[in-house]
Amino acid sequence: MKLFKYIIIGFLFGFGMWKLEAVSTFRIIEMFHFQSFHMYGIIISGVIVGMIITQLFKKGKIKTIQGETIKIDDKSRTWWRYILGGIIFGMGWALTGVCSGMMFVLVGSGYTVFIVFIGAALLGTFAYGYFRKALPH
Amino acid sequence: MKDFLEQAHTFISQPWPWWMGGVIIGLTLFLLLKFNKEFGLSANLRTMCAADGAGEYSDFFQFEWEKQGWNLMVALGAMFGGYVAANYFGGDGLAHVSQATVDTLNQIAGKDLLTTTSVHFVPGQDTTHGVGIPDFWNLYSWGSLFTLRGLIIIVGGGFLIGFGARYAGGCTSGHAISGIANLQLPSLVAVVGFFIGGLIMTWLLLPYILQITI
Repeated sequence: MKLFKYIIIGFLFGFGMWKLEAVSTFRIIEMFHFQSFHMYGIIISGVIVGMIITQLFKKGKIKTIQGETIKIDDKSRTWWRYILGGIIFGMGWALTGVCSGMMFVLVGSGYTVFIVFIGAALLGTFAYGYFRKALPH
Repeated sequence: MKDFLEQAHTFISQPWPWWMGGVIIGLTLFLLLKFNKEFGLSANLRTMCAADGAGEYSDFFQFEWEKQGWNLMVALGAMFGGYVAANYFGGDGLAHVSQATVDTLNQIAGKDLLTTTSVHFVPGQDTTHGVGIPDFWNLYSWGSLFTLRGLIIIVGGGFLIGFGARYAGGCTSGHAISGIANLQLPSLVAVVGFFIGGLIMTWLLLPYILQITI
């Protein structure tokens, strides 16, 4: 039952993303054509609220449930992986209009073919792990 | 009471404004941080690989994946959320994109297939959803999987997302939301990368890929 609360959190997120149309391929096409503020509004408002919350946690103004100040590791200061990995991810995102969170929401909504999509994403993850040492980071 | 519930249902079922993104993302982030967890859904792909024994092939998959169960539960919850939203609070089931986007979509298709009142949420069709979607936009269905175009999009796209997310160390939730919210410069670089890749795909490649008829 310790894990049950995370199902609730995921439910909230998945439900919200569906209602916000962030799962819609057409919304992503619209975003990359800069034809509506909608997707940018979702991301920017999420980031602004998220930034305030994260900083409050880091400064210890809000404690975790154990009463501690949270420690979040900084991302490693290398650049190739972020720019190259980012470009590859972005190409997949724009090709499908679906990102790695939304594919779970879409399977649940009844588009069962997204099981294959998740399988392909697992294959991509495995390929990265396999070739990792040969890639610039 | 019944009236109240019906009104609540109608209220929730209408399209949500963009600023609800701040509410939903903020709440998700708050709850996860409260439980000492970092938000990032693509990390689940690494966990699933590791749980299937990928550690034999790469030390990238040798980590304490058993401790990632909570994140799999977030993904499972997101599935339930999608199920309930789509089936019980779907409203008109349309993506309320702008007229400019409808024009762009019709330009890509080369035919006036869509209007602002016929753009479905998902460009796909199954037994319960997307009935009446034009064949050209039927990308996500089992039938589509067995065409070259569908295969490129579903399998090729899924592969790029899985590969790119791990290479970049995060996806839209891990970098664009959590990372930038934590003022991480690498996350901003990754998001710039998302947009470079996204713009190349959208403007230079996608229109041709969608034209494939086999």
